[in-house]
Amino acid sequence: MAAENASGYIQHHLQNLTFGRLPSGDWGLAHTAQEAKEMGFWAFHLDTLGWSVALGVIFVLLFRMAASKATSGQPGALQNFVEVLVEFVDGSVKDTFHGRNPLIAPLALTIFVWIFLMNAIDLIPVDWIPHAAMAISGNEHIFFRAVPTTDPNATLGMALSVFALIIFYSIKVKGIGGFIGELTLHPFSSKNIAVQVILIPVNFLLEFVTLVAKPISLALRLFGNMYAGELVFILIAVMFGSGLLWLSGLGVVLQWAWAVFHILIITLQAFIFMMLTIVYLSMAHEDNH
Amino acid sequence: MNINATLIGQSVAFFIFVLFCMKFVWPPVITALRERQKKIAEGLDAANRATRDLELAQEKVGEQLREAKTQAAEIIEQAKKRATQIVDEARDQARVEAERVKAQAQAEIEQEINGVKDALRAQLGSLAVGGAEKILGATIDRNAHAELVDKLAAEI
Repeated sequence: MAAENASGYIQHHLQNLTFGRLPSGDWGLAHTAQEAKEMGFWAFHLDTLGWSVALGVIFVLLFRMAASKATSGQPGALQNFVEVLVEFVDGSVKDTFHGRNPLIAPLALTIFVWIFLMNAIDLIPVDWIPHAAMAISGNEHIFFRAVPTTDPNATLGMALSVFALIIFYSIKVKGIGGFIGELTLHPFSSKNIAVQVILIPVNFLLEFVTLVAKPISLALRLFGNMYAGELVFILIAVMFGSGLLWLSGLGVVLQWAWAVFHILIITLQAFIFMMLTIVYLSMAHEDNH
Repeated sequence: MNINATLIGQSVAFFIFVLFCMKFVWPPVITALRERQKKIAEGLDAANRATRDLELAQEKVGEQLREAKTQAAEIIEQAKKRATQIVDEARDQARVEAERVKAQAQAEIEQEINGVKDALRAQLGSLAVGGAEKILGATIDRNAHAELVDKLAAEI
């Protein structure tokens, strides 16, 4: 892609493969960023969905393979690997979540491994997968972003799912009244009923922002980290396209250094997403007010 | 960078993966883990118990050994005592028997001596009377002098 200028290269890299209703009225792939934008809400990023589902399937199949052969005797290599992860997640859940809910631990495991896998795609050099997509589709200008977590749709999709679980368990554990009470009667409360009524909107505003901030921050933290990491990789890749030997050499070093650092980031972000999910759901299960 | 229906697809996929994980991945793995933990705990327990049992057994063996030794010593002691006893008894018996035999022999000898003495005395009496008759030339009234002769015989 060195034929285009640097900003074109970067923008091309940041555009998803979007499937939706074209201006002509037919359904199809967007050819430009403008077209993709005009598709509105009812459009799909095929690259994000494809990669995330493929990685999710790899996760469940791999783990299912280990689980179906799980033995309490001497474990094999795969079972050992899976057990390490399961124990790690189980320990994290037990430390943080004190209720009894059979969903939480598998949820945490899925989040951790899936996000880790999606993030890990970031370590593949930025041009490889888009070039492969070009070669396969035969379209020189096809948009393709391989890392699902650099797409806010993916992170927001997961965060909203977690949010739905938070709401669901809040209502299930505390009842609708309890949930509404939690939103409106704290942090300011008064014995005087008239004063309490006045305080309700204030409380609601504060608590509602707190509640909504949970999925937003969850989604944006992961997205922001991965997007920034991706952008740095793309900028480093621009160095290769400069044609200058010393700049390319520097790019190689930087690429390596950033990739090493990124190994930490992708693991950490997956872990943070998992931990915060556990914490939020733990809060949803507790009557702490 | 547009927010669109992708996030719905992502949510659906997310829930499907979570449910699959909850149904088919988590339970077998966690069961295997718990079972292994239990097995290991039981194994360690059993090892501890075995060590304790071994200690107890060794103690018991030592005790029994000591007991057996004392018993053996006792038996030997008793046997020795019994042996001396038997020897003593035998000796006593022998002594008594010897005494008895000796006494019997002595009695027999005494008896014989007395018999001989009596015979000698009788013969001596008649010899003395015969002698005196011959010397005096006269017949001594045997009845008149019987007392004297008997007295004489007793003196011999």
